[in-house]
Amino acid sequence: MTLKAISIDAHNHNHQRNPGFDLDLGWLRQVRMNRSALERRASTIGTRRSVKKQWQVAWLLRAITVIDLTTLNGDDSAGRVERLCAKARQPVRPEILAALGAGGLKINPGAVCVYHNFVETAVHALKGTGIPVAAVSTGFPAGLTPFETRVKEVEASVAAGAKEIDVVIERHHVLNGDWQALYDQMKAFREACGEAHLKTILGTGELATQTNVAKASLVCMLAGADFIKTSTGKEKVNADLQTSLSMIRMIRWFHEETGVEIGYKPAGGISKAKDAITFMALMKEELGNNWLQPHLFRFGASSLLTDIERQLEHNATGRYSADYRQPMV
Amino acid sequence: MNIPEIFKNLEYGPAPEGDEQAVAWLDSHARKFGSFIDGDFTKPGKTFATNNPANGKELAQITQSTKADLDRAVKAARKATGPWQALSGFERAKFLYAIARQVQKHARLFAVLETMDNGKPIRESRDVDVPLVARHFYHHAGWAQHIEREFPDHQPYGVCGQVIPWNFPLLMMAWKIAPALAAGNTVVLKPAELTSLTALLFAEICREIGLPAGVVNIVTGNGEVGAAIMEHEGIDKVAFTGSTGVGKAIRKATAGSGKGISLELGGKSPFIVFEDADIDSAVEGLVDAIWFNQGQVCCAGSRLLVQESIEKRFIKKLKARMAKLRVGDPLDKAIDIGAMIAPIQIERVTELMKKGEAEGAIKYQPDGELPADGCYMKPTLFTNVSPANTIASEEVFGPVLVSMSFRTPDEAVALANNSRYGLAASIWSENINLALDIAPRIQSGIVWINSTNQFDAACGFGGYKESGFGREGGKEGMSAYLRPTWETKLKALPATPKPAAPKLFETDGIDRTAKLYIGGKQTRPDGGYARPITGPDGKLIAEVGEGNRKDIRNAVEAARGALGWGSKTAHLRSQILYYMGENLDYRKSEFADRIRAMTGVSAAAAKKEVDQSIERLFAFAGWADKYDGAVHNPPTRSMVVAMVEPIGVIGITAPDEAPLLGAISLLAPAIAMGNTTVLVPSEHAPLAMTDFYQVMDTSDLPGGVVNIVTGEKDSLTKTLVEHDGVDAHFYAGDAAGGKLVEQMSIHNLKQTWTNKGKAIDWTDKAICEGDYFLARTTQVKNVWVPYGA
Repeated sequence: MTLKAISIDAHNHNHQRNPGFDLDLGWLRQVRMNRSALERRASTIGTRRSVKKQWQVAWLLRAITVIDLTTLNGDDSAGRVERLCAKARQPVRPEILAALGAGGLKINPGAVCVYHNFVETAVHALKGTGIPVAAVSTGFPAGLTPFETRVKEVEASVAAGAKEIDVVIERHHVLNGDWQALYDQMKAFREACGEAHLKTILGTGELATQTNVAKASLVCMLAGADFIKTSTGKEKVNADLQTSLSMIRMIRWFHEETGVEIGYKPAGGISKAKDAITFMALMKEELGNNWLQPHLFRFGASSLLTDIERQLEHNATGRYSADYRQPMV
Repeated sequence: MNIPEIFKNLEYGPAPEGDEQAVAWLDSHARKFGSFIDGDFTKPGKTFATNNPANGKELAQITQSTKADLDRAVKAARKATGPWQALSGFERAKFLYAIARQVQKHARLFAVLETMDNGKPIRESRDVDVPLVARHFYHHAGWAQHIEREFPDHQPYGVCGQVIPWNFPLLMMAWKIAPALAAGNTVVLKPAELTSLTALLFAEICREIGLPAGVVNIVTGNGEVGAAIMEHEGIDKVAFTGSTGVGKAIRKATAGSGKGISLELGGKSPFIVFEDADIDSAVEGLVDAIWFNQGQVCCAGSRLLVQESIEKRFIKKLKARMAKLRVGDPLDKAIDIGAMIAPIQIERVTELMKKGEAEGAIKYQPDGELPADGCYMKPTLFTNVSPANTIASEEVFGPVLVSMSFRTPDEAVALANNSRYGLAASIWSENINLALDIAPRIQSGIVWINSTNQFDAACGFGGYKESGFGREGGKEGMSAYLRPTWETKLKALPATPKPAAPKLFETDGIDRTAKLYIGGKQTRPDGGYARPITGPDGKLIAEVGEGNRKDIRNAVEAARGALGWGSKTAHLRSQILYYMGENLDYRKSEFADRIRAMTGVSAAAAKKEVDQSIERLFAFAGWADKYDGAVHNPPTRSMVVAMVEPIGVIGITAPDEAPLLGAISLLAPAIAMGNTTVLVPSEHAPLAMTDFYQVMDTSDLPGGVVNIVTGEKDSLTKTLVEHDGVDAHFYAGDAAGGKLVEQMSIHNLKQTWTNKGKAIDWTDKAICEGDYFLARTTQVKNVWVPYGA
């Protein structure tokens, strides 16, 4: 397969940012996803891999660093966003970290993710932490507002200080196989992002088949996405393991063909520490440790953090913890 | 390792499953076990050690049962048959249900004990073996209740002798015991010498739930005890899972005994990946195919056949995947490959791998160290392999995969079938047309499409060719533990009187010498001799060709060449059988006269035999498109299609009594179901069948579907039964002949049917026009078709 990179732009990460490639429909036609086989693999990952004791603690601490701490609700307000940011500054009670011998580790979530309207609030609240702000732009969650408006929204979010832009795709392009339209829109979003990283939300719960999910993943990566992300959290079905497999295997294939590393973000419905570890084991097994770093992996979650804190406290004290003991997200 | 370090390297660390309960159970028996006979444990006798292959440590002492122990077990089982069979199906169902519940209740203890005794990863014993065991008993509880409805006029065999292997100790025990008990049999089971513990724990459960004494007997010991079970006179039906070598020995030892027999033996199963497969999923499928249970699985997908166009990419992905497999302590929850059963197995596998390398195969093993102690082996891939290599044809029974490539679907099928075995196959393609085209063309009892190593109690499991016969699971499996009641009531076959030898060169006018019928042509016998056929009065009626070895060889050649008959539509086969009946009807008085001349029966009796032969042809013409398969319901999102397939080439030694009807009764079901045949007609009264050539010629029957070789019964039969190109043999004759057929069948483990020296009433429609012979001319292939977009 020969692919032509469209442009190589400078970036700050220590990995090559996705330059974007021509839409390759021939590649798209080679995509095959067998749902039953994916499900079998997905259903055994949690039973094939398990981490206990200090390994569990270390994995959970790593999990925190890849959380996009998120609030995306109709009743969000500046106060709510500020509280979230305060939590991001100090996601785990220091005495727990100290008790675990992990006081020296810098543990902060990968980003704080908010609606465009609260980008500035979040940027202000996180000042000095180095924690990036991610904005869901482009008519979240349906992505069906006028295209020009969505491009402007991206530009506005970037201007407001967002370092990462989570955009949603128009699902009907996938359902109708209109890959060119999907590609063109994503490419336009990528341009609008500039230096900010583009995370494309596929809305997998509305894409009907695993093959559609895989093809949509590929089109977004070709168009220049830095991350591909499962869900808005508003679909009936959110991130699950079999769909994740479809997406991360496309990331793997994309890397094999182009050498470019694309990030993965499962979002929605991941609220238990155990689930987080299973997702991480899946990443480790299918893509390797490299893909367990914040620049290549994120959880879109909020209540997950509280459950992780409880597990950490349990490990620190030997007693089971309660959620009210953890500062709320 | 401290938390900040792990935070960086994200290693897994140990995740041990506790063994305290299992250790406590072993200790509660003072780590010394007797057998379980007549509802109680015997005092341990002479014992041997059973070890944990993960660390070589002794777990317990197991009793080497004596002949007296076995006799007592068989006696107890016999005594228990009456009361057990007298229970209603519902009562028996309740016991099977109770066993299932107990297995579930003690699931973790069973799993841990199994892993300690066998070395398989706890993930497998916990998530695969034990749940399947419970499921097997639940499923068969249902059969206990529905037997009379589903198997009318059948009865259990009585006492079943069962010998099982060490690779799935508990699961194979469930596969044996559940259907046997559901059908109303009692059992004497011997677990493998290396893995007796979970069977003994199971025996405790049987006692706890109040299973009547003697219904289940567990007799421990080595292979000698197994052999003694197989040959024991008090046992009515034997079932064995294990190596093909031992299976053949059992077939030979039980020949002529009249025992029922089912064998589930070895394999070298192909794993076929087409270029349009979901390649990553196929790679993952291989993990489940060949690195499940350390590859010590009879149906392991050990021969990778990958389309040449994707071979390079596939192998690269496979190697990357192999590097992720974790080998180590089987009680660790995050281990993919546990311990091999014993040092001797490692030696055997290593020996075969050395041979592979010596023959030019290239070995790949991922980097990394194995645990210092215990029986561990690395996952291994051999490339640069061709069918001529030893490791491509021998069953390795270890974590060793060989890879070959193919160019076309036809070549994939040819490579897949290029094996003495025929247990299972995996086919990977996203093209439903391709996958469903290949599935029926693979000679194996199980085909998994886009999946592998799927098992369920509702679906038959068992092999073609040298992988054995009989099925376990589903309705197919139940029928292996039941027999038709009429079979038990047959009387001995009276000896056939030898006709007087006629004078040579005698003639009664126009010389009529019937030739042989091979490949649709009348052929002179190779030897150039003729055999005179006389009537009951000793007078010459005609002469027939004296067939010899070479004629049999030619006939089998023709029959193999005509195997395409099996893929003709059932409707077409039906039409041809009807046509044969119709054409026989045109000439019925001629055939009746012939029967009369040969046998001296009354005109009415001769006419009746011809009429019944016509009726029989019609009966099987009617069956041809009706005796078909089923769709099973496993608890996964799959269709499991149980296809009824012909066996292949069937040799038939026709009975002397009813020379036309007897031969037609065996021939008609065979060809109706798509087999081709080589028939040896009655030695003394072959003329009705030689006259039958013309009926076949005028009925559009393709050449080679039926081949007829006249001559001496015993020598022709011997050549046929010993021929590796013959897949099954039906024999009607005396008991000694039937025994010989069973003994000689072992070379390619052909399936046999004999009348066991009994007199079959060929006019009995209940016997001869039902599914009895249909079942024996067919084998069931279970095709798993998972689905989901």
